[in-house]
Amino acid sequence: MLSYAFKRLLQAIPTLLIVITLAFFLMRVAPGGPFDGERALPPDIEANLMAAYHLDEPLPQQYLRYLGDLLQGDFGPSFKYKDFSVTDLIQQGFPVSLEIGGLAILLALALGLPLGVIAALKRNSAVDYAVMGTALAGIAIPNFVVAPLLALVFGVILSWLPAGGWNGGALPNLVLPVLALSIQQIAYIARIMRASMIEVLGSHYIRTARAKGLSERLVVWRHAIRPALLPVVSYLGPAIAGIITGSVVIEQIFGIPGIGRYFVQGALNRDYTLVMGTVVFYGALIVLLNLIVDLLYSALDPQIRYDD
Amino acid sequence: MRKPRLIAGSLLLASTCLAPAAFAETLDIGVTGELASFDTSQVSGGVWESQILMDVYEGLVKKSPDGRLLPGMATSWEVSDDGLTYTFHLREDAAWSDGEPVTAEDFVFGWRHLLDPANASKYAYLLYPVAGAEAVNTGEKPPEALGVASLDDGRTLRVTLDAPTPYFLQQLTHYTAYPLPKHTLERYGDDWVKLDHIVTNGAFTPVEWVSQSHIDVRPNPEYYDADAVTLDGVTYHTIEDRNAGVSRFRAGELDVMREYSSSMYELLRDELPGATHMSTYLGSYYYVFNHRDGHPTADPRVREALNLATRRRVLSEQIMGGTFQPALSFVPDGIAHYDAQAMNLEGDMDARMSRARELLEAAGYGPDHPLHLRLRYNTTDEHKKIAVAMAAMWRPLGVEVEMINAEATVHYQTIQEGDFDIARAGWIADYNDAENFLTLLHTGVGNNYGAYANPDYDALLDRAAETLDLDARQQLLQRAEALALEDDALIPMLYYVSRNLVNPALEGWEDNIEDDHPSRWVHFAD
Repeated sequence: MLSYAFKRLLQAIPTLLIVITLAFFLMRVAPGGPFDGERALPPDIEANLMAAYHLDEPLPQQYLRYLGDLLQGDFGPSFKYKDFSVTDLIQQGFPVSLEIGGLAILLALALGLPLGVIAALKRNSAVDYAVMGTALAGIAIPNFVVAPLLALVFGVILSWLPAGGWNGGALPNLVLPVLALSIQQIAYIARIMRASMIEVLGSHYIRTARAKGLSERLVVWRHAIRPALLPVVSYLGPAIAGIITGSVVIEQIFGIPGIGRYFVQGALNRDYTLVMGTVVFYGALIVLLNLIVDLLYSALDPQIRYDD
Repeated sequence: MRKPRLIAGSLLLASTCLAPAAFAETLDIGVTGELASFDTSQVSGGVWESQILMDVYEGLVKKSPDGRLLPGMATSWEVSDDGLTYTFHLREDAAWSDGEPVTAEDFVFGWRHLLDPANASKYAYLLYPVAGAEAVNTGEKPPEALGVASLDDGRTLRVTLDAPTPYFLQQLTHYTAYPLPKHTLERYGDDWVKLDHIVTNGAFTPVEWVSQSHIDVRPNPEYYDADAVTLDGVTYHTIEDRNAGVSRFRAGELDVMREYSSSMYELLRDELPGATHMSTYLGSYYYVFNHRDGHPTADPRVREALNLATRRRVLSEQIMGGTFQPALSFVPDGIAHYDAQAMNLEGDMDARMSRARELLEAAGYGPDHPLHLRLRYNTTDEHKKIAVAMAAMWRPLGVEVEMINAEATVHYQTIQEGDFDIARAGWIADYNDAENFLTLLHTGVGNNYGAYANPDYDALLDRAAETLDLDARQQLLQRAEALALEDDALIPMLYYVSRNLVNPALEGWEDNIEDDHPSRWVHFAD
């Protein structure tokens, strides 16, 4: 297992290199540069800026320079947020995104899994329709509608919770963003779990288990849930990577200092180093989480072994 | 916001006598963007950045709550008869937040830092009136060649200009003209700006910065007027989503929300009449005509026709719900030393439309050969609504408008290159002077997107730049604008207004045309 994990990590290096290369050159193909704005800069000043950030060098040279810095763990300075390096920004923002995203995933699992199981067991009943109808609504209503609505109802009208702000991660400030972030995940997880439960419940070994005279409870708990979790686990890998790297919508609406906005803002500002930093970080996270998912697979399904 | 605070010792007193309740008063301001840097040479130009920087730094002059100039680090100054030499006398008790005195050396150092090409400052050109500034900034001359000198052991600053600049004092309120703490820059290098090392000379000094969340500042005990500062601190909350900012204001989490979204104006005016501010502002919203050969808008008849068919009042009232003011001129109404010019749009709308039709016909356009225009705007709902309305106003003339939108970076790059017939643009003044707008139509200026070129116009502006007498200069500038309007150089459409939500319990917060609100004047009414 360990050697498998090690091998996978080695394989990640060329994958990341391809991601970095693509992102680097795609970013430069996009029209406009980091210093284009409403006000044209006098040519001399623009030349000063380009020289200060080595943007006046030929592109291949810039690419090699970037790779060299990256090997030393240096993501470079941000073009826009000048008092911070890209490493500073990720270090400051990631724990926040991780906290909000982690809590949202836990909440989504705590609610989504049981709802999915119940809906599967009571298939085609009123309970099933209610759960799946709500889940469909949860998926269909986008974040940017849910989040301001929550802020308006609980922050402005009822005044139960802060309408926004981070406040160092105080509990009242966490509730609404976590809730807003988890609603869609609850819905997704409930739907995946339901579908997968239904499939498992129809399989031969469940029939065998029932034929052995096991109680329904034992059938479900011991034999059905574990294999039914597999699709949820494979969904969770990329989903967790997506959620703990922040959501630009949730962060902007609740004023949360996470890293989600850097993906979008970095790209819009042509803040090359920030975009590259977030892409590398996100890429590495996906590789890592996918590896964890694969290892979890073998824990959940004895047929999957990585011993070679 | 008010938060109860225990004064040191009051816990001890509480058992024996009743200590008077004390309130820490922190001002919570919602700003719509993130500060780029506390290094004033690295700032990107957002309204929110001036708000923060003017609270923590102070230049030679500063602003009153209603926007008038007051002595700042300088208590007095003299201007030579030729308008080329300014001599500033610095106050004795000016100090950085670590107690070191603010000297003329710090101004010399700060201005050289701004103009040093190595620092690549975007707004360095604002100091170009200073002798040698441009040459220093382009690397032709060393920073020492800049026309600033520290005299009398740093108590006097002498500034030499290249040409008389009537708005020079105004420009000194801009953050590009602030001093920098030479002693900490020399000690810490690039790290001087980190919060562990930073010192400032304004009423407040920064103590915490969580990127994308907030910046906290506390009163600077070394500030010469520290006794007059009543707030216990200011927190600037970065709130990019303007609707979220309104929610947080309504929830009582903010005392001020800057630049609330215009679409919420009517709702807010009805719901929070005492808190909803809207005021004239130094900004112009306009459409650029492409004057380059080969574009239909190079024909003055086409430009006049489109200007005639533009209904500004409809734009401001019906389309934008009263959150802009209709504009008949490029330079906004209310600018200092200037009488607003106005386009000559005589007659009622029917007369204007038939005149416009005649002009287009004369230019060779008609039902068989409709005028086709490529209109570019940067992607926002506001710009889109306006563009759609403009196209609808021109449609009765048989004008076909192809609308192309792009994010701001691409938009401005494209229009710099001249790939458009008509393009949306806006300008918020850097300082309160008409020249700041009119120079955008000067031949060869970078922001003259449409390449308008009129030698007479250029000559008037050039003469104004050399004219010391304010009245004579005003006449020249006004003549220049009148000429450009007569040429239909652009389509003046709307004047920006400033929009702020302000807690009615605040005193010392006044609407002003530059929308500058130094926190040091602000306090909570008791």
